Amino acid sequence: MAKYLLLKHYRGAPEAVNDVPMDQWRPEEVTAHVQYMNDFAARLVGTGEFVDSQALSPEGTFVRYDGEGRPPVTDGPFAETKDLIAGWMVIDVESHERALELAGELSAAPGAHGKPIHEWLEVRPFLAHQGVTHCG
Amino acid sequence: MDEARLRTLTPSVISALVRRGADFAAAEDAVQDALVEAVRGWGDEPPRDPAGWLVTVAWRRFLDAVRADTTRRHREVRVEGEPPPGPGVSVDDTLQLYFLCAHPSLTPASAVALTLRAVGGLTTRQIARAYLVPEATMAQRISRAKKTVSGVRFHEPGDVATVLRVLYLVFNEGHSGDVDLAAEAIRLTRQLAAMTRHEEAAGLLALMLLHHARRPARTDPDGRLVPLAEQDRGLWDTRMIAEGVDVLQAALARDRLGEFQAQAAIAALHADAQAAEETDWVQIVEWYDELVRLTDSPVARLNRAVAVGEADGARAGLTALAGLDPALPRYTAVAAYLHERDGDPATAARLYADAARSAASLPERDHLTRQAARLNADHKG
Repeated sequence: MAKYLLLKHYRGAPEAVNDVPMDQWRPEEVTAHVQYMNDFAARLVGTGEFVDSQALSPEGTFVRYDGEGRPPVTDGPFAETKDLIAGWMVIDVESHERALELAGELSAAPGAHGKPIHEWLEVRPFLAHQGVTHCG
Repeated sequence: MDEARLRTLTPSVISALVRRGADFAAAEDAVQDALVEAVRGWGDEPPRDPAGWLVTVAWRRFLDAVRADTTRRHREVRVEGEPPPGPGVSVDDTLQLYFLCAHPSLTPASAVALTLRAVGGLTTRQIARAYLVPEATMAQRISRAKKTVSGVRFHEPGDVATVLRVLYLVFNEGHSGDVDLAAEAIRLTRQLAAMTRHEEAAGLLALMLLHHARRPARTDPDGRLVPLAEQDRGLWDTRMIAEGVDVLQAALARDRLGEFQAQAAIAALHADAQAAEETDWVQIVEWYDELVRLTDSPVARLNRAVAVGEADGARAGLTALAGLDPALPRYTAVAAYLHERDGDPATAARLYADAARSAASLPERDHLTRQAARLNADHKG
């Protein structure tokens, strides 16, 4: 089993095929979308592949160290240029192919007109922890 | 004896140990050990005097720990004379424990954790689960909090207002699961209100009961937020509402109004309406005026604007809103609502979408997005 991070971007990813902002959908479409995401997560809990998932607020600030005894420098949020992460899900699956398959399913969440959004999701493998390797 | 009943004994047992000379942090650890032993060992047959049993076992644990700590230095210290367990309950001491856990030197998050642990008797694991953080993280948070208050004398007078704020924080967390923090906060506030006769303790208890009574109606089975006006009032817990109203009336009768009583009065007026349209908005505005006078809180002013919008019309609500800082949480959502009522769906839809982007919770975001979507769909159709 290996862990993968599925990242959903507000920005930075190529445009979704069905790219209508959510507030332009019909209320039932919003509900159907939320339901799809919940069902998806519940199904992965059932298969033992779900680890965690969170939605993120678009607000964000860049921070860096500015030297001993000085407060950290903050900047941003650069709302127009920076990539924004809308949310993430961590899955623990048998293979890279399975991770791609699930990301594909997640990208098929219904959007405007009840049609799949076809949004781009980024799939990033976790680096394994250093340590013992089990043989056999 | 069930675990919940056992937990109610925690504060008095800790107090008993502290009264005998244990420092707070060590007493708290020893009592946790004793509780674990009780859960494991008692089964269906608790001892006749459970508090006395816990004091005895916890005191022994405390002495063991002290011995282990100081063996090399002074072996003979503190081992002499084990006092009899006695009833071990003193209202004043337990109250001191509340004050200690809500000590102003603690951050609100630490005060909450320490209160749940020492006063509520919850295990670190239960608190960690309730706050959705790893157990090791919560253990560190609690141990830091204990270190912070370890120098505080037990009999320094505490401030009831601080304790009430901490309990209100616990209530507002309200995660359900292994431990329902809202129910836990009600239990602790009930205990506190019985100890202090402080009218605001009763006010907070009333407020919690009145809010908690509406909880079953607040979300639908899919976890969607249901606004107050659309809630199925048949799902409200009428017994809890009746109790909340009684507690509130007794508090108000003492004629020392505070912010929790004022908020509870508003909640009681909502609870009193059989249907949303029967809500007595004029009286609610009057209570918000009191609340603003008592707290000068921007949040109270924001809520007041909503009430004014209902009592005197959306235009009046927007006027009340005009003087407030747009950066306030929920300001945009309130503005959206009032603009919709004022017959400007285009502005309302835009504001709902803005509000959704800065929503603090997922159900709230989905709800606001749906509101924007609804108005945009009406607009187009």
